[in-house]
Amino acid sequence: MMKSIKNAGLFMFLTAFTLFNAVSFLGTFEVTEVQFEKFLADKWIKSEFLAEEGKNKIVGKWNSHFELSAALLTVIEASHDYHRTIIKSLEEAGASKEKIENEWGKVLWIKDTKKHGQYAYPLIRNSAIGFVAENKGTLFWLTFGLGIFGGLIFLLPAIQTDGPAGIKNDAIFQNQATNKGWIAWLVFGYLVTFYIVLYFMPDFAVNQILLVDNISLYLSANPASEWFLYGFMYCVFMTVMGIRMLIKYRHNKYQIIRTISVLFFQIAFAFLIPEILVRFKLPWYDFKNAWPLDYDFFFDWNFKALKDAGSIGLFMLVWGIVLTLVVVPVMVYFFGKRWYCSWVCGCGGLAETVGDPYRQHSDKSMNAWKFERIIIYTVFVFAIFMTIGALTRSEYFLGMRAEDIRFWYGFAIGSIFSGVIGTGFYPIFGNRVWCRFGCPLAAYMGIVQRFKSRFRITTNGGQCISCGNCSTYCEQGIDVRAYAQKGQNIIRSSCVGCGVCSAVCPRGVLKLENGPEEKRISDDNPIVIGNDGVKLKDMR
Amino acid sequence: MTHIAIIGNGISGVTAARHIRKNSDYQITLISAETDYFFSRTALMYVYMGHMKFEHTQPYEPWFWKKNRIDLRKGYVEKIDYSDKNLKFSDGSCLKYDQLILATGSTPNKFGWKGQDLDGVGGLFSKQDLERMEEFTQNITRGVIVGGGLIGVEMAEMLLSRNIPVTFLVRENQFWGNVLPKQESDLIARHMKEHHVDLRLSSELNEIIDDGTGRVKAIKTKSGDIIECGWVGLTAGVSPNIKFLKDTELETNRGILVGKDLQTNIPGVYAIGDCAEFKNPVLGRRSIEQVWYTGRIMGETVAQTITGNLCEYTPGNWFNSAKFFDIEYQTYGWVLPKLSKGHKDFYWEHEKGKMCMHFVFEEKSRKFIGINTFGIRLRHNVFDGWLNELASIEMVLEHLKDANFDPEFYTQYELEIVAKFNSENGTTIQPKKKSWKRILKFIS
Repeated sequence: MMKSIKNAGLFMFLTAFTLFNAVSFLGTFEVTEVQFEKFLADKWIKSEFLAEEGKNKIVGKWNSHFELSAALLTVIEASHDYHRTIIKSLEEAGASKEKIENEWGKVLWIKDTKKHGQYAYPLIRNSAIGFVAENKGTLFWLTFGLGIFGGLIFLLPAIQTDGPAGIKNDAIFQNQATNKGWIAWLVFGYLVTFYIVLYFMPDFAVNQILLVDNISLYLSANPASEWFLYGFMYCVFMTVMGIRMLIKYRHNKYQIIRTISVLFFQIAFAFLIPEILVRFKLPWYDFKNAWPLDYDFFFDWNFKALKDAGSIGLFMLVWGIVLTLVVVPVMVYFFGKRWYCSWVCGCGGLAETVGDPYRQHSDKSMNAWKFERIIIYTVFVFAIFMTIGALTRSEYFLGMRAEDIRFWYGFAIGSIFSGVIGTGFYPIFGNRVWCRFGCPLAAYMGIVQRFKSRFRITTNGGQCISCGNCSTYCEQGIDVRAYAQKGQNIIRSSCVGCGVCSAVCPRGVLKLENGPEEKRISDDNPIVIGNDGVKLKDMR
Repeated sequence: MTHIAIIGNGISGVTAARHIRKNSDYQITLISAETDYFFSRTALMYVYMGHMKFEHTQPYEPWFWKKNRIDLRKGYVEKIDYSDKNLKFSDGSCLKYDQLILATGSTPNKFGWKGQDLDGVGGLFSKQDLERMEEFTQNITRGVIVGGGLIGVEMAEMLLSRNIPVTFLVRENQFWGNVLPKQESDLIARHMKEHHVDLRLSSELNEIIDDGTGRVKAIKTKSGDIIECGWVGLTAGVSPNIKFLKDTELETNRGILVGKDLQTNIPGVYAIGDCAEFKNPVLGRRSIEQVWYTGRIMGETVAQTITGNLCEYTPGNWFNSAKFFDIEYQTYGWVLPKLSKGHKDFYWEHEKGKMCMHFVFEEKSRKFIGINTFGIRLRHNVFDGWLNELASIEMVLEHLKDANFDPEFYTQYELEIVAKFNSENGTTIQPKKKSWKRILKFIS
């Protein structure tokens, strides 16, 4: 009975998921002459070649945004080549500087990682007509509505079928989804593709963006963008998988409260409040996102946006600085970095909900730990340099163009590391790859946690049996057992305090707690409590 | 250079090796026929259940052994020439030693039941036992477990994780009756039934029935019931694994006989862990202790002796722990199934019947003797400290919050527990707030 309900839920979810992807092929687009001219004007495009070619080749009806995107980018690249050829011939002919500069003004700036977002997306976003655009409300319910419903129907029976409340890790290493089997590789492929489309080809997601258009209009009075779609999906997936987490850990109050907390901060702080701010013509601002995770906080464009927002903008600026310099370290001192990483943070929130089925894949080897320390502090230093470069408005910084540093950080760290690898690789590398190896804020808090904090994971005397559950399920790849079996407290900069080591321990050995700094770090005493003989002889 | 050979790479042998390395430059060889590397035996169940892979049960990465110059040798020692100090392996090779540590562990008990060596019948001690269980529990419709102790519950949990129904035969009229008082036994029995274990108390195995091809088909109980099953788990305790050491000049009884210094009758030959039997056990303890923690303590102790700091096996206060399906158990000090003379107990159970605490103390002197706790974690250091200080039951209850080790935000029951004690004993104990100052006093 329960099994068929579960299967029905799975079927509904898969149907909705299939439809969500299929809408890519259901839209129709029409670029009118007026629209195209507006596009040229919005983008400050002066190329008469592009205007002419566009009228001939772009204006009209399209059955696929893939074709429209390809055609537009071809025309744009052709215009680039066309004007460069003219410049070359002008230079050869010894034309006046003014003339050459005028021609340069017509050359478009094209970067492979940005051309889709910059040129194809705005035109295509505004030219959607036909089935998807006309039925976006219905399609929303058939994709998101049905998907959420099906997902919950699939997950909820666990309350009954899984038996009495307790640790539910049966068959994790025997399942194709959670043991790097074919399901895991499919999910991996889909997630990586999703992130590549999101970051680098948002024009391909226009039909999906339309699905949430009404919600965006309702919240912010603005049409939905790819980032709105992402934010909405982020909240939806976190909520559904958060409910799974609440069922799985229904016996564990720490996990319940923590899960509700990350859901609250994601939905309220990272999604609703910023959208509502936009409705009131204020800057989109996530009040919990602290520099250096919020790496562009000190960039010029952000300063400008905050400045334009008047006193509220000034408050946001001051709050952002106070958050990083005061709130973050003080909170880490009292509670460890867990207050942020597994109670507040959006990246952490996704990892703890959507990523929970994959937490066992983190690499626990000593080599991984060495690699972790090199990479994460490199990113941290990189973020600091980039920010100093931005604050000092230097054109060059440490021999590199400051703008290039910003571009490469955004591309390599902001997009590839945190998104494509950080989340796309969940099913293979585990759910905290970004948090462990890449997050500069985690690096900063880790230093505080390691050297000046009241937080520790206490090992319960001599009760450890070295079973390895704690290390296996540590998403941060900490070999918890290595400490526990020696009776030492676990003081590690990377610990995000998810509390799962303590939950899965069969002997009640681990407790996350805040206490005096005195005796927080255990002596490297090799004799575990319970052996009086050795201690007595040593004292003689 | 002095060469220490250790037979057995379990917790006892490995602890001895690690501590000998810490305190000396001796050459160390760690010998095992079971596995290449040390693994946690207590975690085998999680491999079967899919919580972990086998490699997750290995506490050290392979490089650890080389870095610490602990030579690993896979092989089965068949014979020991004590006068020549020479080990003879089953493949014909030999190994000379200067001092020898025997840490050969246990084997599951078999009591001569008919059919006990059939395919589909097995205990759970070694990695090979796990592999056999994996092989013979595929596509079976029922498992029968014989023997009501810790390994039996683990095996029940394992089989149920794969949706294999379980019948659990316990000879005594209560579960784990040689260790737990009745209330705790009942609590666990209820919990097992909640997990749909067909628990049959006062039920004994008579014979195991062959299906004609050498595999188990069913079992028959002493009362004549026949239960069809594809797997019979023999979990009626374990015995020292010393068959290959019998009938030599090494003194043995049920285990290898050792003195307080863990030395056998042959100088330079020691025995530790499950296989050692004390000629004069530590007061109140058994002569053979088959517990993870005691194995570790013996390993620490023998390493001190071998590296020149002569030590006797002097375990501190008794402690132990286990997990029965979802219910964790810890014990500190002594709570025996039957109260000793002059002792009094106090039992509290949560209304839902999944948590309890059982205190034992001396009635006259009020000295605290021990505690069993189910479903609530307690702080080892604090209870160890109280036992060392000979604290009174009143003092323990007053400061019970110091000892709470449950995760943050968990509901705490100290007030309820103490109120019940007060009403039963006419006392007026007020539980104090948790004090880090008092806790730290017990942490070295």
